[in-house]
Amino acid sequence: MKKHTITFRLNGEPCTLDVEANELLLDVLRDKVGVKSPKAGCERGDCGSCTILLEGKSVRSCLILAVEVDGQEITTVEGLSRNGLTPLQQAFLNHNSFQCGFCAPGMVLTVTELLEKNPHPSKEEIQEAIAGNLCRCTGYQPIIDAVLELTKK
Amino acid sequence: MDDFNVVGTSPSRIDGLDKITGAAKYVDDLDFGPGLLYAEIVESPYAHALIKEIDTSEAEKLPGVVKTVTAKDFPHTFGLYMKDRYIFARDRVRFVGEQVAAVIARDVGTAKRAAKLVKVTYEPLTAVLDLSEALKPDAALVHPDLENYEHCPWFFPRPKTNIAHWRKTRRGDVEKGFAEADVILEDTYTVPRYAHCAIEPHVIAGYYDAAGRLTLWASSQSPYTQRNIIAEALSPMGLSHKDIRVITPYVGGGFGGKAGVSMEIFGAVLAMAVKGHPLKIRWSRAQEFYNTSQRQGVIAHVKMGVKKDGTITALEHTLHWDAGAYAEYGANVVNAAGLSATGPYRIPNVKIDSVCVYTNLSPTGAYRGFGYSEFHFGLESHVTRIAKQIGMDPVEFRRKNAIAEGDTLAYGAKMNPGNMQEAINRCAKAIHWGRKETSEHPDRVIGKDISLFWKAPAMPPNASSAAFVKFNEDGSLNVMVSGMEIGQGYMTVMAQIASEVLTVPVDQIRVETPDTDRNAYEWQTVGSHVTWSCGNAVKNAALDARGKIITTVHRALGFPEESIYLENGQAKCRTQPDFALPLCDFVINGIQTKDGTFRGGPIIGSGIFMPEFTSATGDPETSQGGHPNVHYTVGAAGIILEVDRKTGKMEVLRTVLAVDVGQAINPVLVDGQIVGGLLQGLATVMYEDIRYDANGKLLNPNFTDYKIPTALDVPLETIPIILETPQPDGPFGARGVGEHTMIPAAPMIANAVEDALGIRIKTMPVIAEKIALANLGVDYDAVKGDTMGFCYAKKPEDYPFGIGD
Ligand code: FES
Ligand code: FES
Repeated sequence: MKKHTITFRLNGEPCTLDVEANELLLDVLRDKVGVKSPKAGCERGDCGSCTILLEGKSVRSCLILAVEVDGQEITTVEGLSRNGLTPLQQAFLNHNSFQCGFCAPGMVLTVTELLEKNPHPSKEEIQEAIAGNLCRCTGYQPIIDAVLELTKK
Repeated sequence: MDDFNVVGTSPSRIDGLDKITGAAKYVDDLDFGPGLLYAEIVESPYAHALIKEIDTSEAEKLPGVVKTVTAKDFPHTFGLYMKDRYIFARDRVRFVGEQVAAVIARDVGTAKRAAKLVKVTYEPLTAVLDLSEALKPDAALVHPDLENYEHCPWFFPRPKTNIAHWRKTRRGDVEKGFAEADVILEDTYTVPRYAHCAIEPHVIAGYYDAAGRLTLWASSQSPYTQRNIIAEALSPMGLSHKDIRVITPYVGGGFGGKAGVSMEIFGAVLAMAVKGHPLKIRWSRAQEFYNTSQRQGVIAHVKMGVKKDGTITALEHTLHWDAGAYAEYGANVVNAAGLSATGPYRIPNVKIDSVCVYTNLSPTGAYRGFGYSEFHFGLESHVTRIAKQIGMDPVEFRRKNAIAEGDTLAYGAKMNPGNMQEAINRCAKAIHWGRKETSEHPDRVIGKDISLFWKAPAMPPNASSAAFVKFNEDGSLNVMVSGMEIGQGYMTVMAQIASEVLTVPVDQIRVETPDTDRNAYEWQTVGSHVTWSCGNAVKNAALDARGKIITTVHRALGFPEESIYLENGQAKCRTQPDFALPLCDFVINGIQTKDGTFRGGPIIGSGIFMPEFTSATGDPETSQGGHPNVHYTVGAAGIILEVDRKTGKMEVLRTVLAVDVGQAINPVLVDGQIVGGLLQGLATVMYEDIRYDANGKLLNPNFTDYKIPTALDVPLETIPIILETPQPDGPFGARGVGEHTMIPAAPMIANAVEDALGIRIKTMPVIAEKIALANLGVDYDAVKGDTMGFCYAKKPEDYPFGIGD
């Protein structure tokens, strides 16, 4: 199959590589670039564990072809905490917000996006924002509580 | 209460930073180099068929294919409690999706394409898709060779039938008990199958090196048990335990689904088929649903007799379980339920029959709650109904009959400590039991309920734990254990236990994920038993290390051993008030004496724990004698539920769960188990609805059609309540909690719906559609078509329970 050369910025660093037209961004990030925080939970857009930020917007990397991100900016959890934990990560840590942790990278990015747009979300807005990120362990409560506590005025 | 320093506090989880930064590595995140191979499984389209021929020649021609593998290459069985499962289907397939062959290739795409080229010729057989048919004398047999399977001594399979196990518990005289009763209520309840839905799918990587050593990286709850099962299965190939190493990094949820061995066996044998090449398999979400293990479906008949004053006089509880194609683990679920299906009640006359039935659906096994969630649905529904029937408040009825310390259990042993009365009272208070509430919304009504629960770990009587602790130069500590940090906070709790004994701060303690070559033994992380069992082992290891510290100080400095103690990371002496020697000064390099020589050396400790008081020697006909369970954890839960009459839609306004954990080592982590477990339980009753078609094919193996809760589905308020009546044999008084918190959810919803609407739903799940239809007088079962949630599609009341004994 024909290879395409794509260039994008990953966590602030330029990244150039060859991909096939049908390769998924999730697989390319994990297997070719070595960024492991986006996880494969369902590979069909249902669970949100593969969430990344594309131009600051949360998207499911299992539903995006790698060729589509040519010229764009990608952020993963690895890039968020390069200068120490973000206040959101610290809040999650303080609240023991995660158990197995598998959903955590996706959840962190989804809430990061939310807080960019809406620094003081209501409980309902938080629930709405993370409704596409499945967590089987926590019952969501400690995740919601951490965000509420962090953002209360 | 005892005075603890670290136990009972809630330091931040020690795995928290790993998880919040993306540093946590799960199996699929490990790199195995450019030589990594992938495998795709060829699956049966039939629920039951004979395999006539497998032709792999076309697949092998595809460039990039390395090898194909079938049962011819690995004709072995495996299993935890009964070796009834085949590595690859041999001669016969027993469920839709069963592995018939595997194709190994250099990339995933090639493996998938090649798998489609494998031609399998089948001769379809009658599939056993109906429990009542499966139990008929002339039924098609799922396992014609049942009598040849090795199994644990407390299983009683019946050769030439589909019965994999039958647990009978008999106490007193039920006929006499029913004769004494003023009211007898009999009814049938059904609970379908459920899927675990850990967000991380099963992943296994294997590497069989040129020297004959097999290393496996598994997404697992059970590194040592996996090694044991795989070593036993592969012993014909000359592999022994020392040749197999299982490494288990972080696991992305398990809920019982990653206990024992399921797809991991493929990683082992396929790696052996391609010696010198690492190989990885990641299950798809669909495979997670149909080819790991599911929770069993069950049809339960409950007959209970009570006196007018509310005393329960007798209980007959018959449970027929749909175990699916393989029962190697699932038969123990049936066993556990068969011993404990009285629920947390004092009942003098008991007859329990818990029957494990092979069918041609997906295999089943452990799922958080291990049979207890299933039987509590019928039992706790029944308790509320019978209380109302005699005109007694259902909470009062429960108070009157609730189990207490010292009561005799159905199989003759005595009940351990646990404060059920307090749990009931706290829950009743939290939901304002007795106060009728009305919704502000005209179409909505509010119902309440309190349901009780209990559960014991189900494990072999000699299941054990072990621990090593070793000090580092700076006085920090490694705790080397093989329980899994499955999310419950195990690592943090083990660190707290070691810290309590050795006075090393929790943030100076590292607990690593297991490696069977390095870490001490652990049976499995199941049954909510690791805090208790491995906690005891860690405490013993820490005590062992403390003893060595004291001996070192005594030998070097001459202080009497009995006056030396640890405080704040220092060795101190009661007779020498000025003496305080930091651990970092001597735990590796010893203490220098006056003549310049040293005493001591690296401090290490080891500890073990085995519950030496348990046995599985109960009489097969009555279960009397023996001591099959280590302890029960008891509790209660309450709910305020709002239901929309027209749509059936429910909203949990408030839910509360009180559980007696003996001693919460880390209360915040216990709260996490309560809040998370309750939602998982509520999901089984309010949302999740598994569907098979009439040919035994699973129709909804994905999160679009099998709905697990999202953040929008959480109760408006969840109140966790921790009670602490110490467990005498637990570490600092702790007993297990984890699974328990999902058990009361299902009956609680059914009871609250009845309280709100006067509608009694006896088939799980109690979804909105069912409620709305019932409110219109339409029976959901009559309109749902011929799909089924477990191996019985007909009306529960028509089910023939009489199958002799
Ligand atoms: S893996 Fe992408 S949404 Fe589940
Ligand atoms: S913490 Fe396990 S899935 Fe969210």
